[in-house]
Amino acid sequence: MEPLVSLDGLTVAFNGVKVLDGISLSVGRGEAVGLVGESGSGKSVTWLAALGLLPTTASVSGNVKLEGTEILGASPATMDRVRGGRVAMIFQDPASALNPVLTIRRQVGESLALHRGLSGAAIHAEARRLLDLVGIPDAERRLSAYPHEFSGGQNQRIMIAMALAGSPDLLIADEPTTALDATIQAQILELIRSVRRETGMAIVLISHDLGVVAENCDRVAVMYAGRVVEEAPSGELFDDPRHPYAHGLIGSLPPIDGPRRRLTAIAGTVPDPKAMPQGCAFAPRCGQAAAPCGTQPPRLRAIGENRRVACVIDQHAGASDIIGQAAE
Amino acid sequence: MTEPLVSVDGLVRTYRMRAGMFGRSRDVRAVDGVTFGINRGETLGLVGESGSGKSTTGRLVLGLENPDAGSVAFHGRPLPATDTSEWRASRARMQMIFQDPLGALDRRLPIAAQVREPLDIHNVEDEEFRTARVAELMRSVRLSDDIGQRYPHELSGGQRQRAVLARALATKPDFLVCDEPVSALDVSIQAQVVNLLIDLQAALNLTMLFISHDLRVVRQISQRVAVMYLGRVVELGNADDLFVSPQHPYTKALVSASPAPGARRTERIVLSGDPPNPAAKPGGCAFHPRCPSAFARCRTAAPALVEVAPDRSVACHLTGVESHAATALGAVA
Repeated sequence: MEPLVSLDGLTVAFNGVKVLDGISLSVGRGEAVGLVGESGSGKSVTWLAALGLLPTTASVSGNVKLEGTEILGASPATMDRVRGGRVAMIFQDPASALNPVLTIRRQVGESLALHRGLSGAAIHAEARRLLDLVGIPDAERRLSAYPHEFSGGQNQRIMIAMALAGSPDLLIADEPTTALDATIQAQILELIRSVRRETGMAIVLISHDLGVVAENCDRVAVMYAGRVVEEAPSGELFDDPRHPYAHGLIGSLPPIDGPRRRLTAIAGTVPDPKAMPQGCAFAPRCGQAAAPCGTQPPRLRAIGENRRVACVIDQHAGASDIIGQAAE
Repeated sequence: MTEPLVSVDGLVRTYRMRAGMFGRSRDVRAVDGVTFGINRGETLGLVGESGSGKSTTGRLVLGLENPDAGSVAFHGRPLPATDTSEWRASRARMQMIFQDPLGALDRRLPIAAQVREPLDIHNVEDEEFRTARVAELMRSVRLSDDIGQRYPHELSGGQRQRAVLARALATKPDFLVCDEPVSALDVSIQAQVVNLLIDLQAALNLTMLFISHDLRVVRQISQRVAVMYLGRVVELGNADDLFVSPQHPYTKALVSASPAPGARRTERIVLSGDPPNPAAKPGGCAFHPRCPSAFARCRTAAPALVEVAPDRSVACHLTGVESHAATALGAVA
């Protein structure tokens, strides 16, 4: 079946510095895809580029197809219908994404007027329904409130309501709970799950938190330095990561129960995009780097069903070696 | 058991806050009767959400703020009052590390000069000794010599936090308060700093108060953990089993809210209600409006922190005594 959205060879450069290098990724209808990686790995830029939200100084190439139709470089009028109507996006900091001087009714209403062509009383009724749906108590009265009158968690609920206003097929959630406390994060993730159950909407969850992604996604792509280095169903990725970076990332996470083990920290830091290593970008930090790693960046290749990895080392032999190191 | 290095008794800190421009001012109890002790060489973890008073507690313990009630004793002697010369002298023995290393460093000074500064301030030994000590400190936090000549903006987040750590360790403190020291760092860098803190603590026999909202990091680094909610410690216990068998309903919810890669063992508890607001603290047990098992008494009386098992204290009407819990459950039904 044709995927809902497919990215192919998406490359982004700012002033000649490549920050995204040939991303290929697809999202099926109703699917939950996670995107993990550290800051600067390009996980947010991928979707900003796909939706044409980057400044004009960025040069973007590759293909972005929505149900088979190319949307990269599409006319502003087309993109206005795609953004919000087909693909909606929510961000980490809801308070700065909302307009502080407009009421919630105006802001949710704006999306409804734009994407659903509603007006007057229909907007009011639909806005109320959406606030009810995202769990804002006393929706009728709260419609006339301003963003500062809500807590961070409630503002994120309002952002979700606005995103749902256009009945999108795909929601891009960029670190939606990073700024929230643990118990409020659990509420928002539960809300996203229940909205997906009701609407069948697909989601791309961008997060640095492996746990959040593991619990909420069917499939996960791990990004490093502007490339996807591993892609797998989430259960398999966490039980049996194949790329040394994915392995290191999972080993860096302290366990919450069982015996305490020393964390397998990854030495060094993420390379500067201006001085990218010639071969595999992870090679300088990789415990298993060998001669071929320095020549050219490894391609993402299929290993088994639904799994892809970008590493030249023989994965099965490699994986047991790393586990050996981790056990030390 | 020997006397704890740091003992904190009934700390209270109240801030005056005005609601709106013309609103009446009222008192907000950020920290409301916190008591704990930290043994020499031990790390006590302090977890809680924003507004739980964990950072204020850290500041009170170091004497960066004066408590409205309660006391802090260090080596069995009360902490000198803030901003006195005795207090300043005692600060060489106790240091603090914050979340944002760039904010904690002087942007116009090279790293080595900043690591050296505490030695100059506290007049430690002579020139030669100080230079050698700086080199030793840089090595101990695994920063190469050339980094000492660089400025903070030239370093990565992890390197900056290690530079802050080197500076904090310059005067050989006995006690270190770390307030969210790794929260701003990426996962792989976070692991480097956590490993380093654990190694340094063992090598230098440091005593630490480690404040974080991240249960995993806190468990990794601490021997004992205190969970705070709206200014009070609601549960205190051994780090290894506190999160495995939480007793307080809030701790249970917090553990269940912590996302885990791999299979989930326990059922997820999603708390209803808003995040805790210290300015509108509910009466009785502060957690009762969000508590799934609250009953009549929770609305009127605040439960005290009592020891329910060796090395485990809980502040909850339900878990105080097993038989009470049974009656309480009966009352709920």
